[in-house]
Amino acid sequence: MLEIKNLQVSLAEEDKEILKGVDLTVEAGKVHAIMGPNGSGKSTLSYVLSGKDGYEVTGGSASLDGEDLLELEPEERAAAGLFLAFQYPVEIPGVGNMTFLRTAVNAQRKARGEDEMSAAQFLKVVRERAKTLKIDSDMLKRPVNVGFSGGEKKRNEILQMAMLEPKMCILDETDSGLDVDAMKLVSEGVNALRDEGRGFLVITHYQRLLDHIKPDVVHIMANGRIVKTGGPELALEVEQNGYADILAEVA
Amino acid sequence: MGIAESRISQLQDRVAGLSVPASAWNAKNRAAAVERLQSMGLPAPRDEYWRFTDPKSLNAIEAPKAALFDPKETDVFDTIDRLEIVFVDGVFDATASDELSGSNMSIERLSDAEGQDTHWTADCYGALEAIGQTPVQRPFAALNTAYATDGVLIHVTGKVEKPVNISYRHANETSDAILHHVIKLEEGAELTLLENGPAAARFNKSCEVFVADRATFHHVRTQGRDHERRAVTHIFADLGTESVFKSFTLTANGALTRNECVLRLNGDDATAHVAGASVGDGDFHHDDTVFITHDAVGCESRQVFKKVLRNGATGVFQGKILVKPDAQKTDGYQISQSLLLDDDSQFLAKPELEIYADDVACSHGSTSGALDEEALFYLCSRGVPKDQATDLLTLAFLAEAVDEIESDTLSDLIVDKLEGWLERHRP
Ligand SMILES: Nc1ncnc2c1ncn2[C@@H]1O[C@H](COP(=O)(O)OP(=O)(O)O)[C@@H](O)[C@H]1O
Ligand SMILES: [Mg+2]
Repeated sequence: MLEIKNLQVSLAEEDKEILKGVDLTVEAGKVHAIMGPNGSGKSTLSYVLSGKDGYEVTGGSASLDGEDLLELEPEERAAAGLFLAFQYPVEIPGVGNMTFLRTAVNAQRKARGEDEMSAAQFLKVVRERAKTLKIDSDMLKRPVNVGFSGGEKKRNEILQMAMLEPKMCILDETDSGLDVDAMKLVSEGVNALRDEGRGFLVITHYQRLLDHIKPDVVHIMANGRIVKTGGPELALEVEQNGYADILAEVA
Repeated sequence: MGIAESRISQLQDRVAGLSVPASAWNAKNRAAAVERLQSMGLPAPRDEYWRFTDPKSLNAIEAPKAALFDPKETDVFDTIDRLEIVFVDGVFDATASDELSGSNMSIERLSDAEGQDTHWTADCYGALEAIGQTPVQRPFAALNTAYATDGVLIHVTGKVEKPVNISYRHANETSDAILHHVIKLEEGAELTLLENGPAAARFNKSCEVFVADRATFHHVRTQGRDHERRAVTHIFADLGTESVFKSFTLTANGALTRNECVLRLNGDDATAHVAGASVGDGDFHHDDTVFITHDAVGCESRQVFKKVLRNGATGVFQGKILVKPDAQKTDGYQISQSLLLDDDSQFLAKPELEIYADDVACSHGSTSGALDEEALFYLCSRGVPKDQATDLLTLAFLAEAVDEIESDTLSDLIVDKLEGWLERHRP
């Protein structure tokens, strides 16, 4: 599904290489986790895949179901089925959460040549999915993420994911800033979307999240590369010993 | 020739082609305005009050030509049940207008009234304009009082249900129109005034509003369409005890617009809100100049002005809150912001507070910024095309001003107009 080959990325503004040849394939129906020290390039990878400005791809490729992602505008990548749950969701004063959701859903449908959702139909679906994430109607009415707590922002990300039903979901530290209950809600939200047609790339520092969202494959990223790949046991190893042993082993 | 003489001689040339309409009851008001104007002369670019807006095209003897522009849209207030009064290039159009009558008010044209022997406006016409000349001179307002060819006089005695809509059409590329309205709301009376349309190649409009105790005046206007049109407008209002004055203006297009709003809160616990949203592309110069005087206890005033500028457009804001010594418990708020969609556009702002009372809460802020790139990417990453995302964020920026409109029906119409404009002006 998601195929990343030898991806090399530098900052557009300064001559600094951040991703130094990332290879990664996520198959449909699978959950891959990426762990790794701060600053190793995990968020950069998620941004480059979703098309954020400020990065220059100097080599390699990334495709979704064979379609070259790097050639597409961010909105086209979204319409192609890519979704990024942001590490730091953005606050947008003046744009209502509901308006935002409906605009996004219908824009994607339009881009794919599907019919737009009617207001009534949309309302029904959004209420239902918001409820399972304990997002109340007040949060739906408020401007996007404005005044939301850290946990509310992350739940709002998952609501967007649930509404957009992407093929490939990237979650960047969705667990950071969550208490135990919120973590459970978010994980349930993610698990509800697990499907054999859908792939997940879960970026996290903690085994905690992976207790809920069971990964099939775990990768360790360091200094702009995937340095080790293994099964779920790799995450447990990190939890117990930190990254030092693994980094020493691959150095 | 000194500066003063050059101003005066320029003024003589400017008004040579204008004449003061004759009127039994209004002659003294008109003559006093002529005198005020003669003592001031026309504004010069070096005047502090005209530092950001060049008065040249307003001073010119002839109105600069303004091509007619048809955006193929219906008029903004067409769907509203209203009393419509139409002026074409400043000339009353009886056929297009509704009958001038309504319950709880008398409504009449200035030119009709001036033919009568006496009129209720005898003490009102030009009165607020004359007071509004201090401490800052407003020559175009004096010129208006002196030479206005027509206007609408409304005396409101109760709650008027249907809004009065003055619609200004533009049909002649060189028209030069001067209109003067007087609106008097008696105690507890209510009126909504709507104004729309490009009006003329050059338009000088003045509106004096007397808001008595506990009366409510709502005003929503749009100035738009013709890219080359020019306008200088004044609103003067006096507010009585517990009265409410709310005015919102949407401005799109126009080579030059200078909107002055001069308010005096004279009765305790009065409320005055003035707001404006303006959007300009290219050869667009928009100036909001506001002067609010608090002269009573416990009054609230708000100024909310937002401007979206692109392709070399210019936005100006000059806003002043003056709090007199006895105006304790004044609550004054002023915000002026611009969204610059490129590096060529500019926003010039001069916010001012002058406070002589000690127990007041006044705040003001002025900012200029670009679109939030992070927010834009966030929207796009959810599948919203960049153009549409830009429009959403632009509307969000303007929302604080549009939200000042009390009626949801009217604010929805304004948002529709803004959406249409943004869609037509994508980069
Ligand atoms: N826009 C940017 N400007 C400057 N440095 C950046 C930028 N984006 C990423 N970096 C740098 O790239 C490295 C990787 O960052 P990031 O991808 O956020 O790491 P992680 O998510 O793994 O913690 C860090 O050294 C970070 O400081
Ligand atoms: Mg990160």
